[in-house]
Amino acid sequence: MASIPGAFKPAKRSAGAIIGIWLLRLFLIAQAVIVLYPLIWNVLASLKTNQEVLESPWTLPSSLQWGNFVAAFTSARMGDYMLNSVLVVILSMAILLVAAVPTAYVLGRMRFFGRGFLTNLYMAGLFIGGVYIVVPLFIMMNELGMLDNRFWLSAVYAGGILPFSVYLLTGFMKAIPHDYEEAAMIDGCGYFGTLFRIIMPMARPGITTVIIFAFFDFWNEYVLASTLIASDAKKTIPVGLSNLMQIQKFATDWGSLFAGLVIVLVPTVFIYVLLQKRLTQGMMMGGVKG
Amino acid sequence: MTMKRRRAVFIAACLLPGLLLFALFKIYPTVQVFHKSFYQWNGIGDKPVFIGLDNFVEMFQDDTFLLALRNTGFLMLIVPIVTIAIALINASILTRSKLKEKSLYRTVFFFPSILSFVVIAILWSFIYHPTIGFLNSGLEFIGLGEYAMSWLGDQRTVLWALAVTLIWQAAGYYMVMYMAGIDGISPDFYEAASLDGATRLQQFMYITVPMLWEIIRITIIFSINGVLSISFVVVSIMTAGGPDRHSEVALTYLYAQAFTNSNFGYAMAMALFIFVISMLLAFLSNRMTGKEAN
Repeated sequence: MASIPGAFKPAKRSAGAIIGIWLLRLFLIAQAVIVLYPLIWNVLASLKTNQEVLESPWTLPSSLQWGNFVAAFTSARMGDYMLNSVLVVILSMAILLVAAVPTAYVLGRMRFFGRGFLTNLYMAGLFIGGVYIVVPLFIMMNELGMLDNRFWLSAVYAGGILPFSVYLLTGFMKAIPHDYEEAAMIDGCGYFGTLFRIIMPMARPGITTVIIFAFFDFWNEYVLASTLIASDAKKTIPVGLSNLMQIQKFATDWGSLFAGLVIVLVPTVFIYVLLQKRLTQGMMMGGVKG
Repeated sequence: MTMKRRRAVFIAACLLPGLLLFALFKIYPTVQVFHKSFYQWNGIGDKPVFIGLDNFVEMFQDDTFLLALRNTGFLMLIVPIVTIAIALINASILTRSKLKEKSLYRTVFFFPSILSFVVIAILWSFIYHPTIGFLNSGLEFIGLGEYAMSWLGDQRTVLWALAVTLIWQAAGYYMVMYMAGIDGISPDFYEAASLDGATRLQQFMYITVPMLWEIIRITIIFSINGVLSISFVVVSIMTAGGPDRHSEVALTYLYAQAFTNSNFGYAMAMALFIFVISMLLAFLSNRMTGKEAN
């Protein structure tokens, strides 16, 4: 392309533009490879024999070792961990919604004594991450007999993401016009009826955004789960995986570890592909624009 | 009157579940951190003894803590700067160029930020793995085999290796935030600038970055806090603080003090100290970047 003579001026300019675009594209593709290759490698490794994993990270598996997945589910107990994770996600989500939606409604739409204080209190909660308070949390839950219990772990999760959820939902609640409530009240819809039948359907985009964020948060959480749950039968997937990793370091049976990683990745990828657009939009609302 | 009472009951009923959760699992433990950091408390059965500021004095004579603090500081400095730079460049390329497949890049780049930290940490342990890792075998492949090394096992490279992992995890997240910001900038600015002959780079430096400055300031704080908590998971899975404590970070050391050595009071004092430091850093970066914008 560069050898086109100068007589074709417009063509030459566009040739430069094309080269520029391809350079940009190359730059972006290189980054995409850096992001994706570890994941592709992981999927390939989950279908290889130990010997093949050790030999080279670049080759394809010679035959597909589905046995790795069987081993992950049976001897590595990935199935149990997965069920625990699903249970904890559902419980946490239920607790979170029961707590966050009414709170956000009241803080966002009603005037009462102490509203400003409560709003600020929840805002302050945004800054207190789980790792800071894991020690007193452990001690308190030990005293109250709440350790090694999936329900209380879920409650801790819900409490952890509550400030963020309230913050995000309050914004949505404020945007709903007041006429709707007035009309509902005149029609004899009580306070609770208004909340459940009028407000909740209208705030659905906000609630969905909260659910998506909370899902990734609950599904991936590691620090609290590894501290507050002791018995193997109650562990969630991230904790189970990190245990498996510690064991495999010495046993060098990589297959089931990689299969386990794929098992964790699949629901995440699935939900991501399904909800990608809403997720990035929600992030912009919650993260920056408020 | 009954109307008023009904309203009060409703408000209370709405606030109660949230407040219970929040008080029990956030406020009370936070208060405990502040309170018990002034106590010596060695184990569940042990009675806490008030020792004033001794925990804080001990911290500064504790070589491991100081090393952990230095490592954390290194990550808090390197990771946000590089992450935000990459995110800004990618965001402006993806919004300002006319590539057909740009939404595909956005989807791919954002993906790591929804992955479990545990999964990321395990994957990167294998990238850096001395024998089966593909960083080393990649180096051999392109003829740089002599540079192959045990990236996580060498105290000169371990922190850089962890930093790369943290950047890989977060760059796409901030990119999406900046893309939202750039979408909000009026295209007229760019049009006027290109009519005046401004190059893409100049447009980036004199339009995109200043217009996004408020968002950049917020993300610096996000990123500093993110590094603090993500480094905990990444370090405990990838290196366990090794080799010889050279990748110990403040929160892993705190955790070990509490749950391995049962030094609860000391651990909480460290938590308080790190919390105050991170707040100070957020405040400081806010002040610094605020001045620059003026």
